Amino acid sequence: MTTEMIDATETGPPTTIDLAAEYETSGVADVLRELDEHLIGLAPVKQRIRETAALLLVDRARREMGLTQETPTLHMSFTGNPGTGKTTVALMMAGLLHRLGYVRKGHLVSVTRDDLVGQYIGHTAPKTKEVLKKAMGGVLFIDEAYYLYKPDNERDYGQEAIEILLQVMENNRDDLVVIMAGYADKMDKFFSANPGFRSRIAHHIDFPDYTDQELLRIARSMLAAQNYFLDGAAERALADYIGLRRQQPHFANARSIRNALDRARLRQASRLFSDAKGPLDADALSMICEPDIRASRVFRGGLDTDIAARSQAAE
Amino acid sequence: MRITQGCFSFLPDLTDAQISAQIEYCLQQDWAIGVEFTNDPHPRNTYWDMWGNPMFDLRDAKGVMMELEDCRKAHPDAYIRINAFDDERGIESVKMSFIVNRPVAEPTIHLQRVDFVDRAQKYSWDMRY
Repeated sequence: MTTEMIDATETGPPTTIDLAAEYETSGVADVLRELDEHLIGLAPVKQRIRETAALLLVDRARREMGLTQETPTLHMSFTGNPGTGKTTVALMMAGLLHRLGYVRKGHLVSVTRDDLVGQYIGHTAPKTKEVLKKAMGGVLFIDEAYYLYKPDNERDYGQEAIEILLQVMENNRDDLVVIMAGYADKMDKFFSANPGFRSRIAHHIDFPDYTDQELLRIARSMLAAQNYFLDGAAERALADYIGLRRQQPHFANARSIRNALDRARLRQASRLFSDAKGPLDADALSMICEPDIRASRVFRGGLDTDIAARSQAAE
Repeated sequence: MRITQGCFSFLPDLTDAQISAQIEYCLQQDWAIGVEFTNDPHPRNTYWDMWGNPMFDLRDAKGVMMELEDCRKAHPDAYIRINAFDDERGIESVKMSFIVNRPVAEPTIHLQRVDFVDRAQKYSWDMRY
């Protein structure tokens, strides 16, 4: 702390700043490159993050020149359907903020209502504080934040957690950044019931659903990461699968695809086990074939319970 | 009388920035931090009251500083110390401990002599407030 003060008096604030050089040396360029390479689709999200990074970079330069003193409000809300990459982006955001020097440690603490709200009187405050202490110096990611607020139960302890959160978000802006995530419509309702949050959150980022094409690319990259691949027929089957799965309930974008691939690997293993006659080569062990995908229940109308519920509704 | 114990006992009281830096060092060593307070700073009193649970998985000193702030607010006239516990196998004990708060008016440590059999003398210390 003292060394910084001495430096400032010796050299004085810089008179010019090379933004391009700052961009490269701060490591922001690496984070954004990683974002582009690792995340498929999500063009509006990437655009918003690039804008935010530019803003923070300029803001840092302004602070070095002594044009502004205040820490900008960095709390964010990520809205979007499940499986659209909110947690992944939050992780990258933590890295970005760390490299720009807005958070000291750059770790991500991911919590839900259960981690913050207690079950009886006097249980909530210590629990919330425990989580906040762990998140200090990093990013606190609250998934499905709207569950904190339950308007139908006025004695709900969620309100207590909300009050502590608001206080810390205001007083410890240098120490931690809060990211709240959840479905767009429920988050809107949550913010309108808790105006304190809306005014303390500067960046709202909306995550769009993936298109079928993007989901197929995601599937390919997921499989490639585990040294599996799809043959031509299996790829067509997977494209059909994605189209059908989207119509059915509990569709969770990339997460649904990951689960589908896990089950396909299961079927592939049991197919190899029962069908294989001779020795298998590496290709046979890592190729997912059409029947592995087509055997899914999605092609027969989804889960039995869902079919029953729908036929009941029709009656 | 200025009572000293633990690390840095020959130094003037640490400022909050210095305390924060020491805690940062402890966290880097993967030590767990506990805050304790007492009104009886006798050197033989090893049982100080715990302020909350020890903190095991913090990443930043700010979390401890918040607890210390709360403890100071609740017990402004108590001795408060920070303990750093190393859970490494074979060590499993407090590796560092230092005082971070003391009352304005401190007690004195008084030396008491007692005669014993055969003109022997026994010594003990007690706190005088």
